[in-house]
Amino acid sequence: MARADWEVIVGLEVHAQLLTASKIFCGCSTRFGAEPNSQTCPVCLAMPGSLPVLNERVVEFAIRAGLGTGCTINEHSIFARKNYYYPDLPKGYQITQYDRPLCENGRLVIDTPDGEKTVGITRIHLEEDAGKNTHDPAGGPSRVDLNRAGVPLIEIVGEPDLRSSEEAAEYLKALRDVVVYLGVNDGNLEEGSFRCDANVSVRKVGETTLRNRVELKNINSFRYVRQAIDYEVGRQIGIWEEGGTVVTETRLFDPQKGVTRAMRTKEEAKDYRYFPEPDLLPLVVSEAWIEKIRGELPELPRAKAARFVSSYGLSPYDAGVLVASMQVADWFEEAVAAHGGSAKTVANWVINEILRLVKDSREGIAASKATPEKLASLLRLLDERRINAAGAKAILEEVHGTGAEPAEVMKARGLEQVSDSGAIAAAVDKVIAANPDQVEKYRAGKKNLLGFFMGQAMKELKGQGDPKAVTEAIRARLGD
Amino acid sequence: MNPIDLTLAQLSARLEAKELSSSEVTGACLDRIRATDQNLGAFLFVDETGAMAQAKAADERRAAGRSIGPLDGVPLALKDIFCTEGIPTTCGSKILEGFVPPYDSTHVRRLKDAGAVLLGKLNMDEFAMGSSNETSAYGPCRNPWDTTRTPGGSSGGSAAAVAARQCFGSLGTDTGGSIRQPAAFSGVTGIKPTYGRCSRYGVIAFASSLDQVGPFGRTAEDCALVLQAIAGKDPMDSTSLDAEVPDWAAGMKGASVKGMRLGVPKEYFVEGMDPDVEKAVREAMRLLEELGATLVPVELPHTEYGIATYYVVAPAECSSNLARFDGVRYGMSKREEGALREMYFRTRAEGFGPEVKRRIMIGTYALSSGYYDAFYLRAQKVRTLIKRDFDEAFRDVDAIVTPTTPDVAFELGERSEDPLRMYLADVFTLACNLAGLPGMSVPCGFSSGGLPIGLQILGKPLDEATLFRVGGAYQAATDWHTRAPRIG
Repeated sequence: MARADWEVIVGLEVHAQLLTASKIFCGCSTRFGAEPNSQTCPVCLAMPGSLPVLNERVVEFAIRAGLGTGCTINEHSIFARKNYYYPDLPKGYQITQYDRPLCENGRLVIDTPDGEKTVGITRIHLEEDAGKNTHDPAGGPSRVDLNRAGVPLIEIVGEPDLRSSEEAAEYLKALRDVVVYLGVNDGNLEEGSFRCDANVSVRKVGETTLRNRVELKNINSFRYVRQAIDYEVGRQIGIWEEGGTVVTETRLFDPQKGVTRAMRTKEEAKDYRYFPEPDLLPLVVSEAWIEKIRGELPELPRAKAARFVSSYGLSPYDAGVLVASMQVADWFEEAVAAHGGSAKTVANWVINEILRLVKDSREGIAASKATPEKLASLLRLLDERRINAAGAKAILEEVHGTGAEPAEVMKARGLEQVSDSGAIAAAVDKVIAANPDQVEKYRAGKKNLLGFFMGQAMKELKGQGDPKAVTEAIRARLGD
Repeated sequence: MNPIDLTLAQLSARLEAKELSSSEVTGACLDRIRATDQNLGAFLFVDETGAMAQAKAADERRAAGRSIGPLDGVPLALKDIFCTEGIPTTCGSKILEGFVPPYDSTHVRRLKDAGAVLLGKLNMDEFAMGSSNETSAYGPCRNPWDTTRTPGGSSGGSAAAVAARQCFGSLGTDTGGSIRQPAAFSGVTGIKPTYGRCSRYGVIAFASSLDQVGPFGRTAEDCALVLQAIAGKDPMDSTSLDAEVPDWAAGMKGASVKGMRLGVPKEYFVEGMDPDVEKAVREAMRLLEELGATLVPVELPHTEYGIATYYVVAPAECSSNLARFDGVRYGMSKREEGALREMYFRTRAEGFGPEVKRRIMIGTYALSSGYYDAFYLRAQKVRTLIKRDFDEAFRDVDAIVTPTTPDVAFELGERSEDPLRMYLADVFTLACNLAGLPGMSVPCGFSSGGLPIGLQILGKPLDEATLFRVGGAYQAATDWHTRAPRIG
């Protein structure tokens, strides 16, 4: 198929669970993984007569997400009921926002091979999560767990501005980084606290109207986003090129087979009978509150990366690695401040050593007992040439595991470099005296024997010689 | 004198003076219920053990000098729409047969905190949808003045129980007239306060933007004493109003209508209304004039759209509110055969009665895509116009007086097959709900056939105080409210 003729149109809808301690309309805990139905009350069980009361913290988090993505915050927004039947939806309707959402008209900048691209965000609205149904594969009764019912969500609806599966994955990553930086979401796709649906259509290059689109569900990793969209794009182009018509429908991505399957078509789509939620007053947020939240926003990943490049002289790549986690970025900046020397050196050590040491731990950089101050002390030992790079790495591994002071590890393990010129001169003399043949060859021009003398001298010095001083001593002694 | 013939206020004084004990009075109420309810059907559940224990506790508090207030030890009863922890709550529906709520409604909690003795749960139209108590899945409640007739609805049991001296006051709910209409039909006093004056937490929802809780009593003063205990902001209901709750009973002592301007809307005297009703209400108005009020003609031009508007908004909200009765978590669940859809269909087909189904269908239709603008949205606009009519009228008057209903209590079965005629029973009461205003019905006479007639008094938002003053002044000058039906 002639893919170059076709343009891919993708828009993502992301549901992100807000990290509030309690649910959106009651005081129940939002903790993940508790005993089924243990975190419920008359309100989230939809007992007859119960009523929702909005959790103010949820609104604050949603405003933060809106401001972090450049949205306008509507001072007046309303909740609506979305009516449908499902056992995990205890009221028979979901409380969401429909006509008037809390946030509108935002944007997110992503990197593409052609440079930066701005992707529009249509709206961010508040809603409640549903519970969870579990079905018995053996055909026994299905079970409903309502612990998740009423967990606060924001739905972030993106404009159909994405033109490839790579851009979609890039957008999703950038969006996740932002909500995680904002502290409103944990960014966990696998556990479903950050979920994505993709609206996908294709059209011939040059066409100005959109063709029928398909909504893809069940995309719970960055890899699946690319896979699902790529599969779907291929499928749609195939249909159009064979003279068919793509049906507007909802399709489910099957990660095992890497394909999408029809779920329901638009014709049989449900009529949700939205209407304003009479149990809640219109949501009114004051300008002062919005501005207060704006004042508390953290520096976001792109701004931070740009600053790391401009003020620390890092490469955009290194800056990107460091800001991928706010924790790491903060750690790095603390280490730079404590060290006071080359930020690039600090960056190298953080990226190549610290991140390698913690790469398998869930807590990330916090898992290391090495603190920014300790890395700074270690780098000072290196700057003062009291240790060499190999020694420094060995020390860091121990500091990482035990939290010991680098200088003490250096002493305890005898890793301090010999830079005393007398000791070095004695070792060099000994090596030269023991290897007259090599000395002759060196003098005759075989300069690469320097490495040999280096090795022998270091051996004499038990590996603790300052390499720079040893090299200089050998050269001087051999008359270079 | 049998203590059950006392008003709540009189009983409260006797209890305070220790001339009567709560245990005695509660026992008398339970005797009365046993003697009369076979014929009446006001109660769906009588909590004899609980009531006697609460009475004993009230007596002990009083003996120890720790009495809580005017309701301490006073036997009351609740429409079966209020969730009561550990006590069955059916909402008059088969779908909630055997349902025992895990929590108390805010009103139940507040009445318990005030020391009231709760005798049991009262009959009602299924999910408060009806005007005659005939849609109850547990059989109709009957009018104590004539047991072949309806006590009104939907809070029929709440009105009949007070009229029949089974309790000293009761709670009902009013979505389109469900307190005032049965109060009128049963010859008792009832008030629907301003929307938001009372919490809705723990009241099984019919139409959220219209539902409001209120008391029934033998007098306006009795209603004031009960409303006092349950009104006020509730953190569990976002739509409850954070407004000061005045001492209504104190405010109506020696109240007079002198100098008050009372509006009389011509739209509330319609062709085809019962001439006995019109006569009694006109007579009541004349008396109010004699007592010093000025009658002022007012216009409520959008009154005629009230029923149409109401029968879009209320069913729309109910179609959504009743979705939770799905057989998954509580109440009836028909899951023996088939899969999920069959459980939904069978549970709801067997659990709901015809009137409830009718309204769910009307409401579902009104909210459907393509019809929403023409029905729901337009109804909300008309609702604004109706509210504006009242705002306009209240610039010139302190309260509005009207008949509560166009007719007296009709016979059981007379209208149950004719929904439209049934809906007309609420024609004078539902505009008040659409506008969110307080409204009261007080007995103002009897028909030639001996059936009670009610005078409706409508007030400004949050101005229940004026209603109590008008009702109190009227009752000080009349004795309609003191008459008792002969039953049992």
